[in-house]
Amino acid sequence: MATVSLKKLTKRYGNIQIVHGIDLDITDREFIALVGPSGCGKSTTLRMIAGLEEISAGSIEIGGRVVNDLPPRSRNISMVFQSYALYPHMTVRENLGFSLKIAGAAKEDMDTRVAEASAILGLDTLLDRRPSQLSGGQRQRVAMGRAIVRDPDVFLFDEPLSNLDAKLRTQMRTEIKKLHAKVQSTVIYVTHDQVEAMTLADRIVIMRDGYIEQVGTPDEVFRRPATRFVAGFIGSPPMNLHEATIDDGQLAFASGAKLPLPSQFKANVAIGDKVVFGLRPDDIYPTGHGISSGSSADVHQIELPITVTEPLGNETLVFVEFNGSDWVSRMLNPRPLRSGERVAMSLDLSQAHLFATETGKTLRS
Amino acid sequence: MKGGVVKMDENSSARLKRRLLDILYCIGLFLAMLTICLPGLWIVLSSLRPTVEIMAKPPVWIPQDISFDAYLTMFSGIGKGGIPVIEYFRNSLIISVTSTVIAVAIGMAGGYAFARYRFRGKSSVFLGLMLTRTVPGVALSLPLFFLYVRLGIIDTHFGLILAYVALNVPFTIWLIDGFFRQVPKDLAEAAQIDGCTRWQAFWQVEFPLAGPGIASAAIFAFLTCWNEFALASQLTRSVSAKTLPVGLLDYTAEFTIDWRGMCALAVVMIIPALTLTFIVQKHLVGGLTSGAVKG
Repeated sequence: MATVSLKKLTKRYGNIQIVHGIDLDITDREFIALVGPSGCGKSTTLRMIAGLEEISAGSIEIGGRVVNDLPPRSRNISMVFQSYALYPHMTVRENLGFSLKIAGAAKEDMDTRVAEASAILGLDTLLDRRPSQLSGGQRQRVAMGRAIVRDPDVFLFDEPLSNLDAKLRTQMRTEIKKLHAKVQSTVIYVTHDQVEAMTLADRIVIMRDGYIEQVGTPDEVFRRPATRFVAGFIGSPPMNLHEATIDDGQLAFASGAKLPLPSQFKANVAIGDKVVFGLRPDDIYPTGHGISSGSSADVHQIELPITVTEPLGNETLVFVEFNGSDWVSRMLNPRPLRSGERVAMSLDLSQAHLFATETGKTLRS
Repeated sequence: MKGGVVKMDENSSARLKRRLLDILYCIGLFLAMLTICLPGLWIVLSSLRPTVEIMAKPPVWIPQDISFDAYLTMFSGIGKGGIPVIEYFRNSLIISVTSTVIAVAIGMAGGYAFARYRFRGKSSVFLGLMLTRTVPGVALSLPLFFLYVRLGIIDTHFGLILAYVALNVPFTIWLIDGFFRQVPKDLAEAAQIDGCTRWQAFWQVEFPLAGPGIASAAIFAFLTCWNEFALASQLTRSVSAKTLPVGLLDYTAEFTIDWRGMCALAVVMIIPALTLTFIVQKHLVGGLTSGAVKG
């Protein structure tokens, strides 16, 4: 069990800088998800923590010990690879026990620990098979078992579910969550899938182009995104984001359309400011078909034409045209709607977000 | 109903066509195998029949008079028509095995480096190595001869081993590089996280997985050395260093060639090579890496 602390961690390949001096403190037994689009430096960061990449500057501490130049084997970590990286010439049992064999553990000790890990993951019946005889989900479990057997201070996961089909992914996600509850280790989990990050992590680190955009609980990053990027990245379907200019108590959009300026931002903006207005699909809905969390004064009513609807059973995604483009809205208890129909929409502006156009930072105080 | 009947006809004619194709395949395969195997068979036959039959025109297909005289004579000692076959065999074995072991060791180190590391001038070095293969060995025999004479390593095991290692290294590097490339990088990394040093990760994980490839490189290298004639005939001259292929020349005299004896020696040469190939072939199981990554 250990804390992990990154200080001004930097990675350069020649002149190209991949990770720009990031700082991050991870507490003991915390489940941290590093999330971001491909090329944002999340995997590189994980590999630096693992010791598979050298660090260019800064430092990494695991359990208070600086491990900058230690080889992977001396860091007491274990890692689950995206490709699983099972040893194909060994049986499941040998795969699980490999780290113990290398460490020179006694045969009995090895058997007990392999049995423990395989019991946790339900691998008991597969111990004598080779990786090639396993399904994707089983391989995934063996990879996790191999990590558990080491009893590491920190678990590192590098996009472990991205090779699985959608159904299995959901299932394994739950298993990882259960596993964390059982083994109670610090976990650093890299993914590009924000749903995985939201569902699994205690805290989410959103990265972009080698910088950390925001660190926060799933609720924080969802409800109070620090930047325009985070607002657009977290949430599905993504937040509606549109550029506007502050007018007298109003948001003026390029097309000439206007919305009242949300009251929570009034103190933080001046007339003429260029801003990006953001509203989640949950906060824009055909009147009577949503959950309003604000007072009625904050809910703006407007009639808009429907372009497309996407029924999902329990809800329907309704695309309405406003300001010359499509805004996605979420309709609860759906009723049939036709394209082209004009419907009364409610916009809950108490949940709206404003970001400065130039810096992308939130204008919330 | 009529449609159904037509369908069945289509099916049976398709089945017939497939059968016919299968038979044609077998005939084709038989002809190809015959072409490949006939010279070998002819050598074995020629070693067992009298010279008259060997030289006969038109050729005698079914041997009339089979004897093992050629083999008996070969081992009967010098002066009685024999040749120092045991010595030649020993030379061939020492030279081939040693140079194969060295070439494979260098090939493993080089192949691994080319497969795993990035370094300056990597592709030019690789290309350079391959280009050395474009020079025919015979073209080098005369310069090598002069060089070896100067160095005093002419007619020695060492000299020939050195030449063969140089001959085989580009090839083993190229072949083994390909096999290491097929072993996913993640595996060595996983092994390092599991507590291995870089060295242990190589021997415990990457080496066993590239094993079949390394074995095939070894076979090729061994056979090249075992069968090589052009260089060996220039660089060796005495019983202490001559290899079996050079030993074949012992059957040529000024005016005559003992075809039967030559064929018998060729058979003696082929047997160990064939045995080795059969033994190692069993271990050349491909697809060992399947299941390592993805699914």
